[in-house]
Formats: sequence, C-alpha cells, structure tokens
Amino acid sequence: MAKKSTVFGGTQLQKGDDLLRINDLSVHYISRDTGVSKAVNHVTLSLKKGETLGLVGETGAGKTTIALSILRLLDSPPGKVVSGTIEYKGKDLYKLRKRDMEQIRGFEISMIFQDPMTALNPVDTVGEQISEVIRLHDDCSKAEAKVKAGDMMEMVGIPRERYDEYPHQFSGGMIQRIVIAIALACSPELLLADEPTTALDVTIQAQVLDMMNELKSKLGTSVLMITHDLGIIAEMCDRVAVIYAGEVVELGNLEDIFHQTAHPYTQGLFDSLPNSAGDSKRLKPIKGLMPDPANLPVGCKFCERCPYATEECSKTSPELTEITPGHWVRCYHQSCFRKEKAIHE
Amino acid sequence: MSEQPILEVRNLKKYFPVSAGIVHAVDDVSFTIQKGKTLGVVGESGCGKSTLGRTVLHLQESTAGQILFEGKDITHVSRAELTALRRKMQIIFQDPFSSLNPRMSLYQAIAEPLRIMTDAKEKEIEDRVFDIMKIVGLAERYVNAYPHELDGGRRQRIGIARALIMNPSFVVCDEPVSALDVSIQAQILNLMRDIQDERQLTYIFVTHDLSVVKYISDDIMVMYLGQMVEKATTDELFEYRLHPYTKALLSAVPLPDIDHEKKHIELKGEITSPINPKPGCRFAARCPYATERCFKENPVAEEVRPQHFVACHRVRELNGLA
Repeated sequence: MAKKSTVFGGTQLQKGDDLLRINDLSVHYISRDTGVSKAVNHVTLSLKKGETLGLVGETGAGKTTIALSILRLLDSPPGKVVSGTIEYKGKDLYKLRKRDMEQIRGFEISMIFQDPMTALNPVDTVGEQISEVIRLHDDCSKAEAKVKAGDMMEMVGIPRERYDEYPHQFSGGMIQRIVIAIALACSPELLLADEPTTALDVTIQAQVLDMMNELKSKLGTSVLMITHDLGIIAEMCDRVAVIYAGEVVELGNLEDIFHQTAHPYTQGLFDSLPNSAGDSKRLKPIKGLMPDPANLPVGCKFCERCPYATEECSKTSPELTEITPGHWVRCYHQSCFRKEKAIHE
Repeated sequence: MSEQPILEVRNLKKYFPVSAGIVHAVDDVSFTIQKGKTLGVVGESGCGKSTLGRTVLHLQESTAGQILFEGKDITHVSRAELTALRRKMQIIFQDPFSSLNPRMSLYQAIAEPLRIMTDAKEKEIEDRVFDIMKIVGLAERYVNAYPHELDGGRRQRIGIARALIMNPSFVVCDEPVSALDVSIQAQILNLMRDIQDERQLTYIFVTHDLSVVKYISDDIMVMYLGQMVEKATTDELFEYRLHPYTKALLSAVPLPDIDHEKKHIELKGEITSPINPKPGCRFAARCPYATERCFKENPVAEEVRPQHFVACHRVRELNGLA
C-alpha cells in the first residue's frame, strides 16, 4: 500500500545505527538591520534508530533552528546554512533535489510544532488535514485515506466521529493530539518534536507525553525532543544535548547530565529550578543574560555568566571534549568544576 | 489566629454572562491571608485563578460575596475610595511583552502611577523612580529605553517597579514568571522574595507552575473550575495531598530527577466547561473515585486536618482519615 520513498531504496537500518548525523552545522540569520546573527554554531549531533535525543536550552539558544534546518524549512533569506552537513540514513539532505526532499518531509521525517493552535488550517476539517498527508505520501484512494485518518485519530485518543469538525471545535490538548496524528500519519522514522507540550496544561501534558512514549515504543520512531523543561527530558529522553548560544555545551546520557553534570551552564539550569531549592529559601539563578547572537564573545560563550571563568575562557573558545565514553563537555574547567561539586555534595 | 488578616474573602463569586449561558469563573471562594504571607493560587487554564485575583482588586466587580481589606469591607466602594485603595493594592501582570505601553520609555512607565495618584513634583518623581529601579535591579543606563529594546526579564522588572512605586501593602502576582526562561525566572523569584521580606508585603501568587508555587507560597489553594478544591500550608499540601484532583495535578508534573519513578495518575478527558455547571462536584466527570452522590451534590470544603481544607465527599474514606 505504502509507496516507499524512492530516495532511500531499500536502506534498512538496525537498531543502534545512526539514523541522523548532523556534522558541524552552522546557521546564520543575515539581515541588513541586525547584521549576522549566529544562531547555530558548529553543532555536531547524531541520533540512533529508536532513540530519543533531547535538545534542552533557553529561548534563543538555537534549538528550533536546528530542527528546521534538518527539514530544510529555514526561511531563506534571512536564514542560511553556512557550514556543515545533515545526513539522514547516510544521505546528505542538502544534496537532495527539492522533489525528493518533499518525499522525506512527513514521510521519513516529520515535525510537531510548538503552538498547536496555529499549526492547523482553521478552514479545513481536522480529518481532511490528516488524510491529506496520507494521500500525498501513500498510493491510496480518498476513501482509504479517510479510513486511515480515522484510525490515526483513534490512536491518539480522539473518536473518529469527529473527523468532520474544525480546529476551533477542539481544546488545545486535543488539537495537539491531531497535530501529532498528522505527524505520525505516515509512520515517519524520525519525529522532530518542538516543545510539543509547552502550550498545554500539566494534566493534559501528562496525557500527551504518555501517549508519545506509547507510540514511540509501538512504532519504533526516533525522536528529537526540543524542550526547555528538564523534567520532560528526564521523563522522555535517552540522551541529552544542552544547547547554549547555538553551541552544544554538554552531551551525554541522562545519568551523565543529571548526576555527573560537567558544564557550569547545565548546573546553572538545575540550580535555577524552584523544586531543586529544597529547604534553602533562595534560588541560585545564573547571573546575566545569554549573549546577543549578532555579537558573540570570542572565547567561551558562557564566560560572562560563569562563576568559574578565567582569563583563558574569555580568549579562546573551548572544544567539545569527551570526558567519559559518550559524555562530551565544552569547558576548560570542567575537571575542577566537578571536583568542587563533589566536595559540596 | 491572633492577628487580624490583611485580606479576607468570603463566598466570593464572579459570573460572566456569555451567549451560551453564565460562566461561573469564580464560584463561592473564601480565604484569608495574614500580613507578610503569600497565598499561592494554583490550577489549570480556565479554573478562575486570574479572575479571582482581579476581582479581589476590583479590576472586575464581584457578583456576590464579601472582600475585607485591613478589616474594612471593600466589596462596594466609591470611586474615590477605590483610588485610595489602589495605592495599597497592586498587580503584576503575566506577560511583560503586552502589559507595557510600547510608546512609553522605562522612566515614563515607572513614573506614571506617581503622576496619576499623587501630586509629587518632578524632582521627587525622579528620585523615587531611580530608587525603585535600584531595588528591582534595573541599571540606570536603561532609564530612557523602550520596552522593545529590553529582554523579558528586564521588562518584568519594570512591571514589578510599577506595582511597587506606590508602596502597596498587598500585591496580586498573576503568573509573573511564566513567560520567562528558568534562569531569568529564578532571578525574578528571588527579587520578589527579597522585596517581600524587606517591605512586609502580602502576595496572592497566581500560577499554573507547581514548582514555582511550592517555592514562593506559605499557603496554597488549588482551584478547579471556579471552586477551591483544597487549601493548606505549602508543606502540609505537598506532604498530604488529599483531593483526587490535587493528587493527579501534582503527579502530572515531570520532575527533573531521573531516579524518581514516573507514574502519572491519568485523568480521563479534559477540563469541562464553566458555563452553567451542573450540580454536583465539578471534578466528578474526570474523577476516578466519583460515585452517584458526587454527580448530585456539590461538596463543601471541610477542615480534615488542622488548617487543611478539602472539598470532596470521599476525602476521609479515600485517605483513611477519621
């Protein structure tokens, strides 16, 4: 039934193989008014088949830009990929023809956007919007697509009787389920989830996250989970990349990031959380603000806010270094930082 | 209960007529706050938490009930009395991106309340603006900046400065940190706490974020569809959550801790409509423990442990309380 994408022929990946490889990706936004904003700087990441990788960071860190670059959906101009490659199943996505890329979007890789209320077409029924994706990618009749769309609705917990209703007739949580149903309609191998639950209430968020976990294990989808919430990371991800000012500053599995924290910024994120304050009645925020991407410091990007910064940090930028297998850190002082932390604990 | 509370709210109701019926945004809510304390009001969107804060401040007229501020009944006040009251009761809004006038510089925005409510001379205004800027942590160089030139954290500091410049004794904080990143959020929460300690301020802190409410509040009130379902001191509430909704709400929060066992108490469906609510417990349709009685009779809040109020018919039975 499914017209398998011609782009990848019979590429078969085993669990544990790299599905996606981002190599040295840099993205700039170039505008006459603000100059060159360096949104993403030399990011190297890989995502294995069946794995969930979290991208965590604050507003403006470049998380969404990374996701949009994977799908080649950057607004250009002003956005421009200035260096690097993105390989999916071993093929460089930026070398594909436009037509082939259209086959990949929604079929191989799909995306859930942050704000569900603006992600759907308000003048089309939700059922039509799901079956449209199915018709675009599968060789099937309208009637077949409708049945399949109804199946998808039921899978995300919405009765198929509501096929002919419009987006405004649903609540935010239900709309987000529809958006997820659209994203999963063609069983993509990779799902880019950009803050999928940020606009939702916590009890609805819990429903959506539980559902995503269930679908993930059922369909074997790999997920790139973009969030600012370390709680969601703890609940959903296998590995985490902490992004700061367009760079990966720390990368590792959950144990590395949560228990063997090695970058002062990651530690700062944890210390800022009210629930980690425990009995102490004061939070320990990171001082200052993220640097302006149009005017990044030459040395370590976190240098100005870092309590451990030395002269070296302000002069040259540290490289991402592997400190234990699979745990990478971009910091000159990670070893003394970790020693000090161990003493405190 | 030795001291007289700074604010006492009795059976407060706020209904909005809409085309489909009447929205029971706040329905029979009562509470008291002692001076210098923080009452956290927590709940999901549409539970009436913001309306509650605004009604207490007379930004909206209440439909029924009584509001006592510093021992005085302020439910119905004249315009002149209201102006006087506004000096003592202020609000910090959620979204620092839309609550500031984009055409007013930082100085104009902070000075505006003084110009409206006092007849202070320009020199005095200037002194007070610079004083308050120092207190909320805004550098003097920003004095002529416009909101669009500032980041969210600084904008929220302006919102706080505007609320504090009249030296109020009571402030409603309506989701003041929800639009901010965690590192900035922590800065603002620390600031609000410091100012509270220094000035003996009383806060109503409205939020959907349970970790924030736990951090900032002395007492917490959980709301669901316009009604209070549970209220207790912060430590008591997090230790002994008794209402089924509170339990589900607290279990739904993803914790930044990889050792804790992830177990959501899943609620069926979504929040129902506050338009013409049916008799019975508002939570019954989603409650795993609802019985026939829950659909017929609206539970009244009872004190089931000292200073711990719960509105649930089955609270004693479900939690093994006498």
